[in-house]
Amino acid sequence: MANLVTHIGTKATAFLLELAAVTRLLVSTVALVFTAPPKWRHISAQMFSMGVLSLPVVLVTGAFMGMVVAAQSYYLLHKMTMEVAIGPLVSLSMANELGPVITAVILAGRVGASMAAELGTMKVTEQIDALRAMATSPTRYLVVPRFISAIFMVPLLTAFGIFIGIAGGALVAIALKGVNAAYFMQYMYYYTEASDLRTGLVKSAVFGGIIVIVACHRGFAAEGGAEGVGKAATRTMVISCIVILIVDFFLDMLLLY
Amino acid sequence: MIDVEDLTKSFNGNLVLDNLCLHVGDGETIVVIGRSGCGKSVLLKHIVGLLRPDSGRVVVRGQDITQLSERRLDEVRRHFGVVFQGAALFDSLTVAENVAFGLIQHSRMKRNEIDQKVAYCLDLVGMNGAQDKMPAELSGGMKKRVALARAIAFDPTIILYDEPTTGLDPIMADAINELIVCLGKKLSVTSIAVTHDMKSAYKIADRIAMLHNGKIIAVGTPDEIENSPNPVVQQFIQGKAEGPIPQCADAERGKAKP
Ligand SMILES: Nc1ncnc2c1ncn2[C@@H]1O[C@H](COP(=O)(O)OP(=O)(O)O)[C@@H](O)[C@H]1O
Ligand SMILES: [Mg+2]
Repeated sequence: MANLVTHIGTKATAFLLELAAVTRLLVSTVALVFTAPPKWRHISAQMFSMGVLSLPVVLVTGAFMGMVVAAQSYYLLHKMTMEVAIGPLVSLSMANELGPVITAVILAGRVGASMAAELGTMKVTEQIDALRAMATSPTRYLVVPRFISAIFMVPLLTAFGIFIGIAGGALVAIALKGVNAAYFMQYMYYYTEASDLRTGLVKSAVFGGIIVIVACHRGFAAEGGAEGVGKAATRTMVISCIVILIVDFFLDMLLLY
Repeated sequence: MIDVEDLTKSFNGNLVLDNLCLHVGDGETIVVIGRSGCGKSVLLKHIVGLLRPDSGRVVVRGQDITQLSERRLDEVRRHFGVVFQGAALFDSLTVAENVAFGLIQHSRMKRNEIDQKVAYCLDLVGMNGAQDKMPAELSGGMKKRVALARAIAFDPTIILYDEPTTGLDPIMADAINELIVCLGKKLSVTSIAVTHDMKSAYKIADRIAMLHNGKIIAVGTPDEIENSPNPVVQQFIQGKAEGPIPQCADAERGKAKP
């Protein structure tokens, strides 16, 4: 019993220490964004590898997400003869919720894990030490360009995901299930507002920041060769997904009502 | 120039440096010898402030760097060139970009001046022409030499070498030794080299210090060390399996645990 208590105690302390370290990294990164903005060249390189290379997977998952929502809601709404509500249902859930969250979760794997592996490799091969020894802050040189890039690219990718998801939903509803196209569109326009898209994009910018900070923190903390690097990558995936879902809930409370 | 005073550091109860003291004079080249795993790299990392000690001080140019913030440390670090044990080249950058790194980050030199400086430094280590290669395309020894070029590119006044000749062929090792001696003499650079290659130690050292069980157990000129009465020193410099140093370093280390 006492053992269990100490176990929980150590775990809780470790969690709080980790939280403190992540917050410190976040604060110093944000401070550096304004005091020592990086060269455009460094940001654009990150934007390319984050954005362009992730686009295909975001488009595919976004499209199927919209199609699944349409198919699923048709199943219920058809019984209630309210098929026309599929339009706003798809557009709202994609814009507010599914688009940002699914894209962020995909990117936590696609972008976050590889970022953690990259920085983790730099850590275990002493490249981070070499940076510091050359009077260069690893936060400034490595984290800040990635952070800025993610703040812009994750919302952009999310926007693509949302639009293709809505298109996928429309395709399923109209072409496959025979919902009236004019009604579908009209209801969708009527119930969807610009603010819904804005909510989704603000959320996705926050998720982008979370992915980068978690990935960089895990990468910097990597220890002990290839195994440590692998651990950093998987831990990044797990931690950022959990944090994204928790933060999503609170942002909903804050932004939607 | 550099004073290490009562430096103590342990990792998870494993005491690596134990009240270690070392003085390095201006323009001097000191070689720290000791077995693998005895804490040589840990000592070097304390001298550039990459690790913080449990207790003790490291005084560089009159400043106790163990008390400085990371930002203030960066000012001190601009005087340092460090060659890491595993070279630690940035593997996303080319050889030229690696060597130019400090110049690009901290100087206002023009592009062609930087290119010239890079070529000059690579020439010193026999690597001119490899500018556009990526580190992954180089052998271990070549990486070491590029790392050396990178360390000297910013005209440091203090250079730390972590096993500069390990992994080089004997001819290249000798050339690197010559270069270290030359940098020390001509540019009056203060150098601390860490190695277990005795040939290299005799060649480059003004003084040799032996690190054993977390302490400097002997310091002296190469002659003094060669004729040292200390059996531990004798066993190490002659490279004998028999003697007071146990063959399994961990057995000794286990006893040293608090
Ligand atoms: N970051 C670290 N965390 C834990 N232990 C470390 C760390 N760095 C070094 N050590 C330990 O310190 C000891 C000395 O290491 P090191 O200085 O690398 O030896 P060497 O003399 O071969 O350079 C080793 O036992 C090593 O395991
Ligand atoms: Mg070492």
